[in-house]
Amino acid sequence: MKCRKCQRKAVINMRQHKLSLCAEHYTDWIPDQTQRFIEKYAMFGRQDRILVAVSGGKDSLALWDVLTKLGYEADGLYIGLGIDGGIGYSDQSKSFCEIFAAARGLNLQVYDVADRLGAPIPLAADSVHRGRGRPCSVCGMSRRHIMNAAAVDGGYDVLATGHNLDDEAATLFGNTLHWSLEHLARQGPVLEARTGLVRKVKPFCRFYERETAAYALLRSIDYVYDECPHSEGAKSIYYKQTLNKMEDERPGTKLHFYLSYLAAKGQGAFAETADPGAERLHPCPTCGQPTTAPGECAFCRTWDQVRERSALLL
Amino acid sequence: MEKDDKTAYLVLRGDRFEVPSGMTIRAALQRHAISPESVIATRQGQMLTNDERLAPGDEIKLVAVISGGAASRIFPS
Repeated sequence: MKCRKCQRKAVINMRQHKLSLCAEHYTDWIPDQTQRFIEKYAMFGRQDRILVAVSGGKDSLALWDVLTKLGYEADGLYIGLGIDGGIGYSDQSKSFCEIFAAARGLNLQVYDVADRLGAPIPLAADSVHRGRGRPCSVCGMSRRHIMNAAAVDGGYDVLATGHNLDDEAATLFGNTLHWSLEHLARQGPVLEARTGLVRKVKPFCRFYERETAAYALLRSIDYVYDECPHSEGAKSIYYKQTLNKMEDERPGTKLHFYLSYLAAKGQGAFAETADPGAERLHPCPTCGQPTTAPGECAFCRTWDQVRERSALLL
Repeated sequence: MEKDDKTAYLVLRGDRFEVPSGMTIRAALQRHAISPESVIATRQGQMLTNDERLAPGDEIKLVAVISGGAASRIFPS
């Protein structure tokens, strides 16, 4: 198979676009397309300061690489979750982020959960019995809180995450299976800023997971190959596998699913089912971040409990 | 047992799968219930498109791209 642009040997074929490219044209194509998506969804401008949430994985590091290649002012935020899983998962992830940032002279902020909050995520999840034996619930809630606080406190205009189309399609698939109308009303490439909540953007939301991995490989970006040890068996993985089965037989299924949803949403399909509490946010009396119900936010409540229970065990 | 020289191999996260040479990577993946969408095929560090035909003795390293550890084989038959 040959590159459509130069007729040299192709290294990737994107069947949904009927487009095959060589390494050189592919590593140009990804930033070009990213810039197109940034403009199409009005994510941010040249003057904006961007905080990229980096996990050490292929998507977030590739995103940071692309944004800096495009000339944006983008700093990184790594959250050390304290997950070992027998492979030193968090240590490995942090190391990849640090190496990436150092090699490019980029600013990486590191937030260590155990140091700052008193316990690593798995221990915290165990102590509050939240999430049915999996730390993912405490982890997700904590990461969202920490990322927002870091972006707001640091004066950033946007928080960028490396979500790819497979992530978005799997989330959409789950929300559709459960007819989770509040979530369906909210999903998209941009989550607008509200009082105390930074604007969130997903510049890679139209790239297949395979494409971000290919970019990372071709750009020689070292990333943590093993995914989080707690993600195995997760529902989102099952949804991705199911969608890939369809994609294998009918190229473009995932992209069409996501873009059709965005088009329907753009035409007001979920307007009436938008989060009814969206306009009623209250500042948490402890941390000041917005929360939907008056009183302490879930993050402060959870971590207060973690510290109380840890103290009892000492 | 010594394999004949017409065999090629796919390697995914430490698992090694035998396939006859001459078939395309896509067909080889499908033979072992590996979703072509979930991996990138490489030979000696070079990325390959899935229409590439396997040569005898080829060892194709598959880079898993789907999040979630060893979850790249789907719906094994």
